[in-house]
Amino acid sequence: MRIKLVPRQTHSRLMTWLTPVMALGLSLVAGTVVFYLLGYPPLQSLYAFFISPISDLYGVCELLVKASPLAMIAVGLSMGFRANVWNIGAEGQLTVGALAGSALVIYFPESNNILMLPAMLILGILGGMAWASIPAFLKTRFNTNEILTSLLLVYVAILLLSTLVHGPWRDPAGYNFPESVIFQDVATLPVIVSGTRLHLGTIFALLAIITGWILISRTLAGFQVRVSGLAPQAARYTGVRSNLMIWCVLLGAGGLAGLAGIIEVSGLIGQVQPIISPGYGFSAIIVAFLGRLHPVGILFASLVLALSYLGGEFVQIKLGLPLGIAGVFQGMLLFFLLSCDILIHYRIEIRKTSLSSSAGST
Amino acid sequence: MAAITTVELILLTVVSAATPLLLAATGELVVEKSGILNLGVEGMMLVGAVSAFIAMLTTGSWALGIVAGAAAGVIMSMLFGVLTLFFLANQVASGLALTLFGIGISSLLGIPFIGLPIEKLPTLDIPVLGDIPILGPLLFEQDFLIYFSVFMVVAVNFFLFRSRAGLILRAVGESHDAAHSIGYSVIRIRFFAVMFGGAMAGLGGAFLSLSYTPMWVEQMTAGRGWIALALVVFATWKPGRVLIGAYLFGAVTIFQLHLQGFGVQIPGQVLSMLPYLVTILVLVLISRNASRVKLSAPACLGQIFHSNT
Repeated sequence: MRIKLVPRQTHSRLMTWLTPVMALGLSLVAGTVVFYLLGYPPLQSLYAFFISPISDLYGVCELLVKASPLAMIAVGLSMGFRANVWNIGAEGQLTVGALAGSALVIYFPESNNILMLPAMLILGILGGMAWASIPAFLKTRFNTNEILTSLLLVYVAILLLSTLVHGPWRDPAGYNFPESVIFQDVATLPVIVSGTRLHLGTIFALLAIITGWILISRTLAGFQVRVSGLAPQAARYTGVRSNLMIWCVLLGAGGLAGLAGIIEVSGLIGQVQPIISPGYGFSAIIVAFLGRLHPVGILFASLVLALSYLGGEFVQIKLGLPLGIAGVFQGMLLFFLLSCDILIHYRIEIRKTSLSSSAGST
Repeated sequence: MAAITTVELILLTVVSAATPLLLAATGELVVEKSGILNLGVEGMMLVGAVSAFIAMLTTGSWALGIVAGAAAGVIMSMLFGVLTLFFLANQVASGLALTLFGIGISSLLGIPFIGLPIEKLPTLDIPVLGDIPILGPLLFEQDFLIYFSVFMVVAVNFFLFRSRAGLILRAVGESHDAAHSIGYSVIRIRFFAVMFGGAMAGLGGAFLSLSYTPMWVEQMTAGRGWIALALVVFATWKPGRVLIGAYLFGAVTIFQLHLQGFGVQIPGQVLSMLPYLVTILVLVLISRNASRVKLSAPACLGQIFHSNT
């Protein structure tokens, strides 16, 4: 018997949407094994990881709070991935966006102007764009690999954040803690479900998903992004300017990541701290792939990844499991997805090795 | 006399800072020469670091620590190999997955070991020669992994450009279809290359947790895996230049640490940005010349190979 991969004539639409579900199933199985190996009761742990955290309204709202930045960033990244522009530095763009927006509060801590919040959000977007423009400039002007530059800039951004909260931005009345002043009311995103932490940022995330969906499926620009990823040569012949494309997808992704960053600070944390994001910029890469680089898929995928963060926190509190478990689960999910994805372009054929068939194949 | 010891000390620390980069980048160079781009270096280094540390702490043997680091790197790289070579997955995405997974699993494995002290990797002193001033300690009183890293540069250079097996590996990287059609097993050769890269990244991690800073800290590689990837481009895929590049970066790292130590009026975090910024600058300088990069990069780098026969 021999297992053989046979290319499909066209890629399978069914498999495109089925493989994420398969990957999720496989990750659950593997997760059970991991819990068992770590010496925790597997089924109880799974329940504590995936079900308990969202068994009440507060939990569901927490899920949305975590899914919002993931979805927002992933929508931006997915555009780039479609066009073969590998921006993996969203974590840095998120950080700089958060800093740019927060700067307004730091320098006008007493302001009661109602334009504060909109201005912060715009500055957040611009900050993320500015950070993403560095790899865009280096890529288009000097042909420098954007994977490495965008990633290396993450470390620079986090060090920048650290410089500011340990130095000029530290709250003078904060007992020397590396934290800024607490944001005033006009600088805080309103909560939309009372009694929870669900804030207006979730609406922005939904808007990002809808805009992304319209862009990619209903506009010429979206079409050009898709073509330049699928057939770069053809795109060039039809007049797609690849440098312009690189700028657009990087600035778009950077802007969304920056917005997600300022929303985290203004809607959730309420001050600038040494850690703003638990790695949303990196997890959003998984969200983008799991969501098939499609805004609607990303919506669902962001909920899955948000649950992995929430579940990770939950089992840490309830069972004393280390927080790293969330990262392991996310990594496994992407591994399984990438391996299942072979079914999109190939089908598996099992042949019985008999004399005639082996003679026929030579 | 005191001045000489300071110079010695600085040079020794430069070598130390360069070694993890040198090990990982030499491994990745071989992987890329075979036509595979593995972006999971950071993840493999981390798992190598934590495994080496655990093995060293529990057995007390530094040799076992080193072996554990390399073995862990190999296991990680095999995950990547299976994904990209057998499941034909996108190499960029798979490498990222490997790094994300490596960060998670290393922090999970390392929790009971955070902050525990171990003895630094012993130096293997060569008698008489080690007594030569300045150069003596630098060249002849180092630990095993430092000697090994330099040896591997020479060995890899010889393998790639002076041996038949190396020629085949390069052929696979330049044109997998041609290599396949004259009967070489592209998948097998690439799988071995990927495993070699894993072992070297694991050793790079092991050096960090056994010698550079003998302890385990979450995400202690701090982007060195990515700098190693950049070094391969900087070196235009030549082992000798990887050596030069790694020592240059070692020097930058130590330079900024000493500036911090001398109490320069710049915040430490700003100086810590220096290695990353220098890496970006160097990447820009090299890749500015598009045709040169195109000429030296393996032609099939990052492309998926699938044969129908």
